Amino acid sequence: MENILEVKDLNISFHTFAGEVQAIRGVNFELKKGETLAIVGESGSGKSVTTKAIMRLLPPGNSEIKQGQILFDGKDLSKLTDRQMQKIRGKDISMIFQDPMTSLNPTMTVGKQIMEPLIKHQNMSKAAASERALQLLKLVGIPKPELRIKQYPHQFSGGMRQRVVIAIALACNPKILIADEPTTALDVTIQAQILELMKDLQNKIDTSIIFITHDLGVVANVADRVAVMYGGKIVEVGTVDEVFYNPQHPYTWGLISSMPSLDAKEEELYAIPGTPPNLLHPPKGDAFAPRNEYAMQIDLEEQPPMFKVSDTHYAATWLLHPDAPKVEPPAAVKSRMRKFMGAK
Amino acid sequence: MGKYLAKRILFMFLTLFIIASITFFLMKIIPGTPFASAAKLPPAQLEIMKAKYGLDQPVPVQYAKYIGNLLQGDLGISFQFNNTPVSDLMFKRLGPSMQLGAQAMVFGTIIGVLLGIFAALRQNTWVDYSATFIAVLGKAVPNFVFAGLLQYFIAVKLGWFPVLFWKGFEYTILPTIALSIFPIAISARFMRTEMIDVLGSDYILLAKAKGASFFEIAIKHALRNALIPLVTVLGPLAISLMTGSLVVEKIFAIPGLGEQFVKSITVNDYPVIMGTTILFAALFVVIILVVDILYGIIDPRIRLSGGKK
Ligand SMILES: Nc1ncnc2c1ncn2[C@@H]1O[C@H](COP(=O)(O)OP(=O)(O)OP(=O)(O)O)[C@@H](O)[C@H]1O
Ligand code: SF4
Ligand SMILES: [Mg+2]
Repeated sequence: MENILEVKDLNISFHTFAGEVQAIRGVNFELKKGETLAIVGESGSGKSVTTKAIMRLLPPGNSEIKQGQILFDGKDLSKLTDRQMQKIRGKDISMIFQDPMTSLNPTMTVGKQIMEPLIKHQNMSKAAASERALQLLKLVGIPKPELRIKQYPHQFSGGMRQRVVIAIALACNPKILIADEPTTALDVTIQAQILELMKDLQNKIDTSIIFITHDLGVVANVADRVAVMYGGKIVEVGTVDEVFYNPQHPYTWGLISSMPSLDAKEEELYAIPGTPPNLLHPPKGDAFAPRNEYAMQIDLEEQPPMFKVSDTHYAATWLLHPDAPKVEPPAAVKSRMRKFMGAK
Repeated sequence: MGKYLAKRILFMFLTLFIIASITFFLMKIIPGTPFASAAKLPPAQLEIMKAKYGLDQPVPVQYAKYIGNLLQGDLGISFQFNNTPVSDLMFKRLGPSMQLGAQAMVFGTIIGVLLGIFAALRQNTWVDYSATFIAVLGKAVPNFVFAGLLQYFIAVKLGWFPVLFWKGFEYTILPTIALSIFPIAISARFMRTEMIDVLGSDYILLAKAKGASFFEIAIKHALRNALIPLVTVLGPLAISLMTGSLVVEKIFAIPGLGEQFVKSITVNDYPVIMGTTILFAALFVVIILVVDILYGIIDPRIRLSGGKK
């Protein structure tokens, strides 16, 4: 399948009073046409920074793309001017954020907010845009769109607002949709509805989706491929089946073990010991080594390269080096893996 | 909305009634009489004077009479100005003060808001620093200093505008500018903070993600939201401006309210003090109502909750 987006060796730093925070340290991935790529990883691992960099929405004052390329349609997005970028945002690439309660402008009607990208990117007349906004509201499942279109965000519930945000994001049939934890702020039933809706819409307009989440259960549900991020790097990437059936990186094992399962009552919930690396002074070796019970001498000295597991499955851990001792994932992980696939 | 307004207006009158009553009793408590300067008068003469103004009657009777008159719009007669009715006195002087205040308010807020917006959009550049400088200056330096400087340099030296008096629009320009320095400072500071706050919010990020340009973000998305809190500050500011600035009025020899009010207090001219207090209070409640209506226009969340009542 054709790649619609390629991120190559991306390095991003923030300049803070304390010094340079190396938030992203050599991220590589590609997004294929029509697929859903999930990015998982604990808080601070760099998921949002990576996707905001694609949209060029990082704070202009203190962030810097030190190195790397973001190739979309043959263009390197990191080199475009603001004006060129404005033509891509909301048209070719759009984004949904975490908190629907604050993502909409409180003093603008919902209709106007949906019409805005249509008028801007597709040169629609007001009447045509308003007609299309009605359709979009219907599409995302908002009842009585004729009435709702004239209302303000405070008249909508959280789930309804997130539907509106999705309608805005999909207005111009984008080629890429980036969803940064779009359901985290919603309750479980609404979450399921929103995910269902996104899958549904993806089928209709054939968008590629980058889906950021903490929730591995959601990943198993919506994604084709998964990238696991840790300390500003992608440490494992593969299809959902590969990463969930055959995880290679000890951090992925930790993530899977720490995930609550349906019958979690008897089991103690696992928590990965230790804290994420301090990106002000990234360690010399593998950033996960201090938290890793399988760590070897080399882990403290040199960062592991990406080892190939299969054509689609890669992991950055020295355990995959031919000379490394054979280590099996813990039993808890194995039982979890089976449950996942059962639940899917 | 009509019902809501009617209710609000009813409450306005209630508030005014309470304020009028409190003022009345305060006047009774504070020491001194309007005739203090005539202390050497023989007691019999004093009694005659008191009887003339109804001050010899028991307090409840005075109060009832006072409220009764008030309801008919009669604020009594002044002790100091040859028995002129207080309402005549006040309304003659209200005009200049209100006009000056309103002009300074409108001019000052527009300039201040613009300055604040530019400062926020060009944060930490020379634009921002100059706006901050103007704001600090406007807050720290009293308006009569500006009044004096403007009068001396622009009117006396350059002769662009009249130096004194109140005879037409060109007479209002310099005092308006002098008075508007404060609202400029306040609204510029306020607007800058709010604008920066709003520009950092999630919905601005979403607007950027939609491809909105810098200009669209500032004007279509940020401005209206940043204006909401400013409305609160503008109410009290408008009142302080419209009720007259004593010193500025004096400097430009403008026959305004501020001057008269202070004079009445020094000579215990009860009817004028009470009249002015009630007038200020009335202005206050009207402006609060205007502010609330403005809120409703700017902020849809308030409009609807108000409308349902
Ligand atoms: N504006 C900023 N200034 C300084 N550092 C920042 C800034 N934004 C992000 N960072 C740093 O970049 C790193 C990655 O942050 P990011 O927001 O991408 O995490 P995340 O994976 O999205 O986490 P979460 O799951 O909590 O959303 C963090 O260490 C964070 O401290
Ligand atoms: S490279 Fe070493 S420290 Fe890093 S995850 Fe693999 S085994 Fe652990
Ligand atoms: Mg994030």
